[in-house]
Amino acid sequence: MIRALHEQLKAQEITALSLAEKHLGVIDEKDSEIGAFLTVTAEEALSSAARVDEKIARGEAIDLLEGIPGAIKDNMCAEGIRTTAASKMLDSYIAPFDATVVSNLKQSGATILGKTNMDEFAMGSSTESSAYGKTKNPIDPTRVPGGSSGGSAAAVASGEAVFALGSDTGGSIRQPASFCGIVGLKPTYGRVSRSGLIAMASSLDQIGPFATTVEDAAIVFSRIAGYDPKDVTTTQSNDKRFENYLSGDMSGLRIGIPKEYFSENLDKRVLSVMEKAIERLESLGAILVDISLPYTEYALPAYYIIMPSEVSSNLARFDGIRYGLHVDDRKERMDGNGTLLETYLDSRAYGFGEEVKRRIMLGTYALSAGYYDAYYKKAQAVRELIRQDFSEAFKKVDVIFSPTAPEPAFPFGDKTQDLLKMYLSDIYTVTANLAGIPAISFPIGTVLEKGTSLPVGGQLMGKWFDEETVLRAAHAYETDK
Amino acid sequence: MLSKEEVEHIAVLARIGLSDDEVARYQKDLSQVLDFFKELEAFDMPPEETSESVPRKKNDTREDRVENFPSHGRKIIMDNMPERKEGYVKVRSVF
Repeated sequence: MIRALHEQLKAQEITALSLAEKHLGVIDEKDSEIGAFLTVTAEEALSSAARVDEKIARGEAIDLLEGIPGAIKDNMCAEGIRTTAASKMLDSYIAPFDATVVSNLKQSGATILGKTNMDEFAMGSSTESSAYGKTKNPIDPTRVPGGSSGGSAAAVASGEAVFALGSDTGGSIRQPASFCGIVGLKPTYGRVSRSGLIAMASSLDQIGPFATTVEDAAIVFSRIAGYDPKDVTTTQSNDKRFENYLSGDMSGLRIGIPKEYFSENLDKRVLSVMEKAIERLESLGAILVDISLPYTEYALPAYYIIMPSEVSSNLARFDGIRYGLHVDDRKERMDGNGTLLETYLDSRAYGFGEEVKRRIMLGTYALSAGYYDAYYKKAQAVRELIRQDFSEAFKKVDVIFSPTAPEPAFPFGDKTQDLLKMYLSDIYTVTANLAGIPAISFPIGTVLEKGTSLPVGGQLMGKWFDEETVLRAAHAYETDK
Repeated sequence: MLSKEEVEHIAVLARIGLSDDEVARYQKDLSQVLDFFKELEAFDMPPEETSESVPRKKNDTREDRVENFPSHGRKIIMDNMPERKEGYVKVRSVF
């Protein structure tokens, strides 16, 4: 889609301004229903698009992403723009600088339409924990779009944006991509700078693109990846344009099928979609290899120890002093006699939602004296063994294929009363974050539920820093007729 | 299940004020997730130290020098702080 728009822009069949206006129009028309956006930056979008048109008028060459309208998850800072992470804690927070990914997009000339809804501080699998209301799944408005990057996924699936950025700590790009029938890529840990991303769990978080096609995801990914002195975990500079390496061919590619990802948690209908997809991979010339990732069963409990532990430290900065919200709600404190501790307790009580409080407390508990060895240390050991599982598997195969999520999009309220049911949504995605490997979710079929065809995503996981093979395989699958 | 006192203690460590209702709810919720953690009890710790998941690389360091931060940057940072006095951040006394 991006390439076609780019050709039209170059040929002056359309202008970047008219493209921006068209997408702002779609947002106007649809977003009161869908609720993908928290902030629409129409003025900035139009002036940025106008600059692209001036460039074209001057006969200058433009990049593939120039003038292409995209959206950004509201946990990434954009200078001068309200950035909330969907929390009351940051209700009035205006970001003082651009996240590196935002500055990359600006340098590429992309048109930024606005900031999208999400689970509060990216904690959730349905976008229901946002302090600013629901985002509906564009395929079926009675269902969740997935989470935590539900707004970004819904913006792309509804046609409001051509692409969007999300962040993925345990599946928050891939699961909503699966639920909304689009493509979502979580890059290798350290591939994309996290500078300016409001941190959830710093050793797991990674920013990546949503798009309607694998090629579009590759185009966006190529422009946000690379070394950044502001994020010491970024290790490699990137001048590769991954969209130029999508050959459409996967013959001879060795694809691992991990038996642990086809457990009883998997919806039977999703299983049957998966079986058809596996047959199709084989018919495209891939060599299927049965593999085992034996430590998979410990991944989810290890994730739900490591992630909240990092959450409890990262969210300590929200103190009721520096980031907009300040609450002193008891009478005796109003006269100025309160203490600093009371400022913390009250501001955080008011500013954080239920799930955020739960995870901060879980992490505080897991890291406290006496429990550190029993929980955190053990979870880190599991994490290393999961990494070794993948390392061993990748000696035998090039990529690994699994379902993205155990089921298609579920109705609102379905899991909000049962924590563990919600946490199970991440069962097939957390391993890639724990190991730090790249993984993509792309549409592989649908299941029929109550008269609606709900999308199902397949996940391809690759070797560290080998997004190229993951993208190439997903693209070959997608473009096979 | 976690006791009322345990949840209250964790909440203070986490700097989160809780109402009595919330304490009761988190007793139940946190206990449910902690039970889930117990699945790791079946897992035997490997003998050697294996806790290094983030690949190590040499630390990036930079020269320690003062860089001029643009004044509009200072303003936008300060504007995010609700309690200010004479260009400083105002906080409550520690005790």
